[in-house]
This record gives sequence, structure tokens and C-alpha cells, in this order.
Amino acid sequence: MNTLLIAEHNNETLADATVKAATAAAQMGGECHVLVAGSGCAAVADAAAKLDGVAKVLLADDAQYAKQLAEPMAALVVGMADGYATIASPASTNGKNFMPRIAALLDCSQISDITAVLDANTFERPIYAGNAIQTVKVNEGKKAVTIRSTAFAAAGDGGSAAVEAVNAADNPGLSEFVNEELTKSDRPELTSAKIVVSGGRGMQSGDNFPMLEKIADKLGAAVGASRAAVDAGFVPNDYQVGQTGKVVAPELYIAVGISGAIQHLAGMKDSKVIVAINKDEEAPIFQVADYGLVADLFTAVPELEEELGKAGL
Amino acid sequence: MKILVPVKRVVDYNVKIRVKPDQTGVDLANVKMSMNPFCEIAVEEAVRLQEAGTATEIIVVSVGPTQAQETIRTALAMGADRGILVKTDDDLEPLGIAKVLKAVVEAESPDLVILGKQAIDGDNNQTGQMLSALLGWSQGTFASELGIDGDKVSVTREIDGGLQSVKLSMPAIITTDLRLNEPRYASLPNIMKAKKKPIDEKELAEYGVDAAPRLEIVKVAEPAEREAGVKVETVGELVDKLKNEAGVL
Repeated sequence: MNTLLIAEHNNETLADATVKAATAAAQMGGECHVLVAGSGCAAVADAAAKLDGVAKVLLADDAQYAKQLAEPMAALVVGMADGYATIASPASTNGKNFMPRIAALLDCSQISDITAVLDANTFERPIYAGNAIQTVKVNEGKKAVTIRSTAFAAAGDGGSAAVEAVNAADNPGLSEFVNEELTKSDRPELTSAKIVVSGGRGMQSGDNFPMLEKIADKLGAAVGASRAAVDAGFVPNDYQVGQTGKVVAPELYIAVGISGAIQHLAGMKDSKVIVAINKDEEAPIFQVADYGLVADLFTAVPELEEELGKAGL
Repeated sequence: MKILVPVKRVVDYNVKIRVKPDQTGVDLANVKMSMNPFCEIAVEEAVRLQEAGTATEIIVVSVGPTQAQETIRTALAMGADRGILVKTDDDLEPLGIAKVLKAVVEAESPDLVILGKQAIDGDNNQTGQMLSALLGWSQGTFASELGIDGDKVSVTREIDGGLQSVKLSMPAIITTDLRLNEPRYASLPNIMKAKKKPIDEKELAEYGVDAAPRLEIVKVAEPAEREAGVKVETVGELVDKLKNEAGVL
């Protein structure tokens, strides 16, 4: 039985999360088919067709899928679910939104946010903010799965799958897209960046974040934040790294003025190298940091910028 | 307008949990339990809609053990009007809970159901969306702002790239994100008043739905421990180590 992977994209480019999720989907047995549902998104389907391990790309190009709203997406996927043992997607906010709707309509279980595929029906996933890892097995013919993309390597691009158009389903017409305010940034996307520089409550104000942005620009890094910094209004919600925000696993994570609540650690402790800069030497962040610097960030960060410059960055 | 708010009793936000040595689950013996933080936000939003004159009645429902009564009581102290406890000692899965909630919705006919986007124990983030699917209603997940406009509800959603606004036909399901509001602490007089508010106790079997768990939990293990590293004295030393020892610059 095959796996249907629903692609995350913005109608123009295939998201990195999909490229990584394809690696997980390929481990679930059978053929992996990718569904690209969107509007004017043929280029995305072509990109998906190149992914290693993808046998077929299904393209549902229709205005109602432009924003991947849950109601029309679920109607589409449920209509094409026959023949698939697994319906999968990255655990993006889109996937988290539509996948449980699909699962309930198919009367099947969903396994959220998987971090490992042990076999076609057995998965690992974090629970309690990553403080425990659950191994869960599905003993039924159908399942829905969302994939934590940072836990998987990117699939290669040596494939050449065929792209097949599929018809749109009837729009249930329950919801209507109004508008969106997307954070504009030239920096890499938080969940796929190789380096992330995050600020916490210790930053004291959003006006101080440009300090971190300068460091980020030197390193080609993304900028993130703790929940405390987002709640305080220093930066927008999409900066949040943590249990209920974004989960990141970069090569280097620099935590500045972040104490390290378990909910934050849940979102970054799989980073390869963690640096913590905090003036409180008792801060829990130091318990997971490879390199800790006990210092006032307002002197340490400008110094870091200077030292990086000296190091030729 | 009638609002139904499902709430869950979970391990308190501040508790550092322990995995049982036999790897069958998380040790919940003698651990402080509280209302799931996202459920608190849902209750608060319903109470605010009532204070604004939009909502006329708030019903809180919890599916769980007898002790979940305390969780319902907390919601009543925050301002909800009455509670329903659907008793079960089984650890139901999101789809099972959604099926029970569907039956409750059919009995109570609310215009809006507001739930937390996820519970901080299972971190599933499924129940609201599943309930919405089973009812054939619209869904506004991860809400950071809510506005009622006639028979429509406007929802601002926290999405990966920023914020998205959608307009939903009612009845609708809303799931709450962190920035929707800051839940109040119940005052002592309100805690006293809540003791007199009614809680209707039901047995799960009364709803006649098959909510039995379907997944097999093979094991629950500790995550790989991350060792604390070294403290560096200066920024210069930090950059040197990142460059020459860790090789990440």
C-alpha cells in the first residue's frame, strides 16, 4: 500500500519541509506519491517530481487550494485516499490544520509530529514537550501522519516522476480566506536555516533585536525568539521557537538572553551545537549548551559582532 | 450565543515529568495536575465573549477521570456557567475524544466550540480539527484574535509565515493559540460561587460512541540526554571554539 505525501509550498516553491518529509515518507513502504494542491503551482509539482523516492506527483491546481484551507483540502484528500495506507504531510501549521480533519473523515488515527519511522506502521514521536519519546504502532489499514521535518535529511533531487493532474473536489464553502500578514525577511527560513540566533526576555525590547539581526546577517542565520519575547511583543509570533512554536535543529543555535524553559528547549535541543549567552549563570539553558558565556548580552553581542568580523565573517 | 469549551486535565505546566522505569508511560502518581494552558485560554475567550454580551451561556465539558471535576470547577470559577463531566478511566485518543464531544455538541447545540490547540501532555494538536470534521463545521485553528460578525466569525490565525485571517460560517470550531488572551486568575468569591454551579456527571457509555483506544503504545522512553558543555570566559574564546573546535562557523 502506498503513501500520499501532501506537499507544503507557497504556490511558487516547494518548501524544504516537504523535501525532508519525502525522506520519511519513502520509509513508510509502498510507493510515495506527492500531492501538490494549490493555485498556479505547476512549478512546485515539477520540483516535487525530482525528489528521490517519489513515484508520482498529483497536481490539484485550483483557486480554492491557494491557501490550503483545511475544509477544501480535506474534501480533496478524502476523495483520493483509496489505495493509500498512509496520508502524510510535514507538521507545518498547514499540515497540523488539515491533517486531523482528513483523519477524522477517514475514521483513522493520526500520529502527530513523528521524528523516526521504525517500520511502515511504527513511529517515534515526542510527547510532554520532548521530555519523553513515545513509540506508537498503528494496527489498522489506514493512518494519517505528520512529520517533523527537522528530524529527517533532505531527499535528493535525482528523481523524474510523472506529474498527473487531478480534479478539484467540491468546495465545502465553510471558510473564506481574508488576508495574511507574512513577515518579510531576506534571511533564511527559521526551520531550515543552518544557523539560528534567538533572543529572549533578556533582550528587554524589540528595539534591541537589530543587534541580533546584525549577527544573523554576518552568519547567514535566521532570527528566532523565545515565547517570552513574543508574548512581550518584541517580535512577531512566527519567530517563536518551542513546544508550540517552531521546532528547529540547526548546525548552530545561539540563545541570547533566553533562560531555557522546558517549552523552549523542546524546540531547539536537537540543534548540533548550542551556544548560550546569559548573565544568570544558573539559567537552565546552560544545562544544554555546548558553549556557555555568562555575560551581559548588551556588551557580549556587540563584541560578538566585532569578533566575527575579525574572524573574517 | 451558546459556547461549549472542552477542557483537559493534564500534568501541570511546571512539573518536570518522569518516564516510568518499565517504559509503559509517564509517572503520574503524586504529580500536580492542572487545566491544560491552552484550555485556560479557551475558557477565558468564552468568558470575555460573555462579558461583551455576545455569548449567553458557557458550558464546559471534560472527558476524563472523576478528578477532572476539579478542572471543570476551575473553569466555572473563571466564569463558565455549568459543566459536564464524561467519566472514563481510559486514556482516550484524540479521535475518540472528538467522537464523544460530537455527541455532547449534538445534545447541547452550541454555536461555537472553543478548544485549546493542543494539550501539553500528548502534544497531538488534533481534537478540535477532528471534531470540526465529524460535525461538518468550519475550523479556525491556532487563533490569536477572534471577532463575531453576525453569523460569521473572523479568526486571525498564527501560521508559519506570520498571521492569516479567515472568515468562517457558524457554527464553527476555534482552537486557541498563546496570544489570544491572558487567562485571569479566579477570585476567591468566584471560586466560592463556582462550588454552587452545576456539573452534570455522565458515564462514557451513555453516549453510545466507540471511543476505545486504537493505537498501540509500544513504549515511552527518556529522550537522549544532552550533556552540558563548557563555559567560556570571553567572546573571543567563544568565536575561536566555534570556529576551530566545533567547526560551525
